[in-house]
Amino acid sequence: MTDLTSLTLAEARKGLAAKTFTSLELTDAHLSAMEAARVLNAFVMETPDQARAMAREADAEIAKGDAGPLAGIPLGIKDLFATKGVRTTACSKILGNFVPTYESTITSQLWRDGAVMLGKLNNDEFAMGSSNETSCFGPVGNPWRRDGSNTTLVPGGSSGGSASAVAALLCMGATATDTGGSIRQPAAFTATVGIKPTYGRCSRWGVVAFASSLDQAGPIARSVRDAAILLRSMAGHDPKDTTSVDIAVPDYEASIGKSVKGMKIGIPKEYRLDGMPAEIEKLWSEGAAWLRSAGAELVEVSLPHTKYALPAYYIVAPAEASSNLARYDGVRYGLREQGRNIIEMYENTRAEGFGAEVKRRVMIGTYVLSAGYYDAYYLRAQKVRTLIKKDFEDCFAKGVDAILTPATPSAAFGIGEKGGADPVEMYLNDIFTVTVNMAGLPGIAVPAGKDAQGLPLGLQLIGRPFDEGTLFSLGEVIEQAAGRFTPVRWW
Amino acid sequence: MSVDAATVRRIAHLARIAVGDDEVPHLQGELNAMLAFVEQLSEVNVEGVEPMTSVTPMEMKKRQDVVNDGEIADDIVANAPATEGHFFLVPKVVE
Repeated sequence: MTDLTSLTLAEARKGLAAKTFTSLELTDAHLSAMEAARVLNAFVMETPDQARAMAREADAEIAKGDAGPLAGIPLGIKDLFATKGVRTTACSKILGNFVPTYESTITSQLWRDGAVMLGKLNNDEFAMGSSNETSCFGPVGNPWRRDGSNTTLVPGGSSGGSASAVAALLCMGATATDTGGSIRQPAAFTATVGIKPTYGRCSRWGVVAFASSLDQAGPIARSVRDAAILLRSMAGHDPKDTTSVDIAVPDYEASIGKSVKGMKIGIPKEYRLDGMPAEIEKLWSEGAAWLRSAGAELVEVSLPHTKYALPAYYIVAPAEASSNLARYDGVRYGLREQGRNIIEMYENTRAEGFGAEVKRRVMIGTYVLSAGYYDAYYLRAQKVRTLIKKDFEDCFAKGVDAILTPATPSAAFGIGEKGGADPVEMYLNDIFTVTVNMAGLPGIAVPAGKDAQGLPLGLQLIGRPFDEGTLFSLGEVIEQAAGRFTPVRWW
Repeated sequence: MSVDAATVRRIAHLARIAVGDDEVPHLQGELNAMLAFVEQLSEVNVEGVEPMTSVTPMEMKKRQDVVNDGEIADDIVANAPATEGHFFLVPKVVE
């Protein structure tokens, strides 16, 4: 039998249905891979007993012939999703040994459809980071290394554990979240496929909140088709999230292989940065050429407020974070540090429980919302956000179906290489992805090639609101042309 | 705009994060780096632009005013660091 971990989710589904192998066999193969890859630090909690119990249940359902669309498929869950009875920490010391008494809507839908949970995946603390280095469980290793080098690189972030585990074939797919690029940037760094759906497409209920007007969950997967399969189960209206949209979930898989002939693809001139590496430029034109030969029409478009998206994000996101994270006060859950009075108890708990990056963002958020600064910072940033969204609306109004950009300004970098002296150096990683969150649009990152050092690079496609289907059709064209990329195993 | 050491301490207190004197200089540097970065927003003409309040055009959904959950006090206090019965315990706040 071929190694079961090398299959795509779609292939595994076929094998399970044909009874070529059982979910228990498939799950055990992934559990072994997970154990053998502990050096990557992708999982912060392994749940093998639960995984085997879920696999046996899935096998029974498959035998009965009433299996769900994800029956028996082993997945990894980002530690930002509340899982009933299984420790959930957002990779922050402040949540300590928090064990939810409820299940997030998204994961409950995955279990409803028959999926199997292998464990909880590492991420940047409260999803604040672009390298997975801010996790209280330590950094995650990227399964990709530079040709001929032994240096461990970051997998990107914040969904670094998700991307690393999917790329290293430890799970067939993973949940992830994206506030400024946290699905698409790690996907690009690891040659996996990641989609951030339209804001409101997936319920945020039971997902640890970072910046509520930007946060959106989505899958990281081994192929475009796998991402489409996973999103269908994750998406859908949830009365428990008032921003969740009541629109039927389409069969995204039906978009795979659909013709893109006649589609109008925008190439935004503002994304051509000064000093952009030639490799990124080349990848971008290659992607455009692939779409053109599939029958799409390429047009230059302008998104004039692009350069203001990242600075506006670094006001809006910390402001919302400072408000969301006020709940960690040492009273209802998580860590408590004693103090002489209640205020000192709060201050000591939060000083001990939050890491440096989280403190920095909570403080900047507190500052921009404080009396006398609100108008100058927060209100102005929300106005700029309106302009950023209008740029996209103007573009789509001219008949553009989707926009093609690079996913990241560089390939993966080494642990400790960036952001040590100036936090802004790390923030620049999200320069191509953050606009999409600011406008609430769907965006997909698809592996498209490698740089001169053998590291994967990705392209991003940005779609109209709730038009994830078009992104899957176009993403599939890029995947077919570029091929799939698998790292050489060193762990 | 930039912040001085006293402002850093004031923000830390507002955010309820204890900050030691030795931490103030580097926090001040980092916060000022972020403020310098966002400074470029002052170039944008936002005259007459409405601030964004909802990224997807949708009406605020309203729930029926009915009890649909509850009787889960055990669950609510299950993760608390200090409890007595179904109450959270905190340091004394009223003399």
